[in-house]
Amino acid sequence: MIKDALSTLQAQFGEAVGGQALFREQTSLVVTDLQQLVPIVTALRDTPGLEYLMLVSITAVDWYNQPEAPGTARFQVSYQLLSLRYNHRLRLLVYWDEGDAPIPSITSVYPSANWEERETWDMFGVEFSGHPDLRRLLMPPDWDGYPLRRDYPLGYETVQFSFNVDEINKHKPFAKE
Amino acid sequence: MVDQQQLYAAWTGTVEDLKGIVSERALSGETMLLNMGPQHPSTHGVLRLLLELDGEEIVTCVPDIGFLHTGIEKNMEAKTYEKSITMTDRMDYLNPMGNNLVYCLAMETLFELDVPLRAQYARVILTELTRINSHLVWLGTHVLDLGMTSLIMYAFKERERLLDIFEMCSGQRMMSTYFRPGGLWRDLPPEFEDAVTAFIDDFPQTIDDFEALLTDNTLFIERTQGIGFVSTEDTIALGLTGPLLRAAGINWDLRKAQPYSSYEHFDFNVPVGQHGDVYDRYVVRMEEMRESLKIIRQGLKNLPKGPFRSNNRKYVPPPRSELGQSMEAVIHHFKLWTEGFRPPKGEVYVAVESPRGELGCVLVSDGTPRPMRVHFRTPSFVSIAALGPMLTGYQVADAVAIIGSIDCVLGDCDR
Repeated sequence: MIKDALSTLQAQFGEAVGGQALFREQTSLVVTDLQQLVPIVTALRDTPGLEYLMLVSITAVDWYNQPEAPGTARFQVSYQLLSLRYNHRLRLLVYWDEGDAPIPSITSVYPSANWEERETWDMFGVEFSGHPDLRRLLMPPDWDGYPLRRDYPLGYETVQFSFNVDEINKHKPFAKE
Repeated sequence: MVDQQQLYAAWTGTVEDLKGIVSERALSGETMLLNMGPQHPSTHGVLRLLLELDGEEIVTCVPDIGFLHTGIEKNMEAKTYEKSITMTDRMDYLNPMGNNLVYCLAMETLFELDVPLRAQYARVILTELTRINSHLVWLGTHVLDLGMTSLIMYAFKERERLLDIFEMCSGQRMMSTYFRPGGLWRDLPPEFEDAVTAFIDDFPQTIDDFEALLTDNTLFIERTQGIGFVSTEDTIALGLTGPLLRAAGINWDLRKAQPYSSYEHFDFNVPVGQHGDVYDRYVVRMEEMRESLKIIRQGLKNLPKGPFRSNNRKYVPPPRSELGQSMEAVIHHFKLWTEGFRPPKGEVYVAVESPRGELGCVLVSDGTPRPMRVHFRTPSFVSIAALGPMLTGYQVADAVAIIGSIDCVLGDCDR
């Protein structure tokens, strides 16, 4: 039943929603048009037969320079939705690159998205537009950089590879003349 | 990158910085700003709350977290899958077995790894014991905040018996790392059954004693009833799960709704409250301990014999005895402890019912021996986020009761 409702939703939003994927019996849905994200989650929450009333989690994956990356974009933001009535979980995937327009915030639809988006921004630097209070959450307010990015060092100095030598040299604290 | 000096110049910490965070009345000095924590004893760790007060009434509450942020998710990306299990214990230090369980289940879902029934039952028994352990610490500290200083001693006395059982199994009282992908680290020791039976025979009386002290205690009722109220709709919208959701009247327990680790074999009830206030959360948690005892009793009665971990050598190391005889076993052993295993590519989300609510694990694999991304959706993070709306409108004295009722663990929240 959920499947039919999801297909109806896909038909309603057309190109904005990519294909459904099933991996280990978990459904994920790609949202290709970021501007449609808020209407899509509103529909997912309010459509009878779906009723994903709870936003469980938002997180991101940094596919920095990874040959295995699912798309061309660097960041994959995933939203975990839960329908209590139909006992079904759905994962929404959004791809975002640095320099793209910010992802619209869904705090107006799900209040619990507030801290989840703050954490995602704090850890990855993924930008959200329309967020009421986008401040550092886990890191101190004056922190520089985004710790969960793949090019952020685990400790000590950033590791340089041949493809990013110059980029990292720019930030290195060399002695200034 | 931003110039450091410029940043520090911008962050001098004036009242102006609080614009948009607290109300305009605070900026003019009409209301008072009170800093609670991060070293306040009743914040259960290092939670800081910025309270805006109008007299005794809380106008705004801004929770501030991150004091216990240890970068566990970042560290896990640099380790092989199996090495990271030790770090999951350290997130929610009152629920180590539950954290092991969610991480192992996520791995097992991703690898499609089988778990023998004996290991599944042992996991259920141990996570339920951990739930009682966590609820005991919650009960002791919660009523300590409310001014009853004796109960924490009784609660910790019982908890010590549970920690002895964990030590018996894993060699560690708290940071057990007993669950491994495909099963357990080693088989349950022979003394296990007697120790657990002794505990579950005594413990119902202990719960009765605790309830005799609290349930009809006028002082306790006066301090807890009718505060911290969250409506059913708001509970769902704020993402609250576990006892908070059930106290608000919603019958939702992942052990029933989406059973994992053979919870479907067990017969137990899901206690549900009516009002969603602090008192109802207390009632729900006390009943949950009784239900946990029922589960443990059934688990011990039906505990199957057989292997305690999977026989899939691509993911599970061979037993020590085989290493002397089988070249194949030596190769597997060497590969598993040097390189680790290479799981299939993909992303999974697995959730379990922790004592605090839905504990989820997002595991993303790119086919290499190290996870691409591990993320934990922790219940404390979500319930602390909900503290703002939950505290607004109540008195300062109610704040400690409400913080106690959400049962937050800051290690769980900050990771």
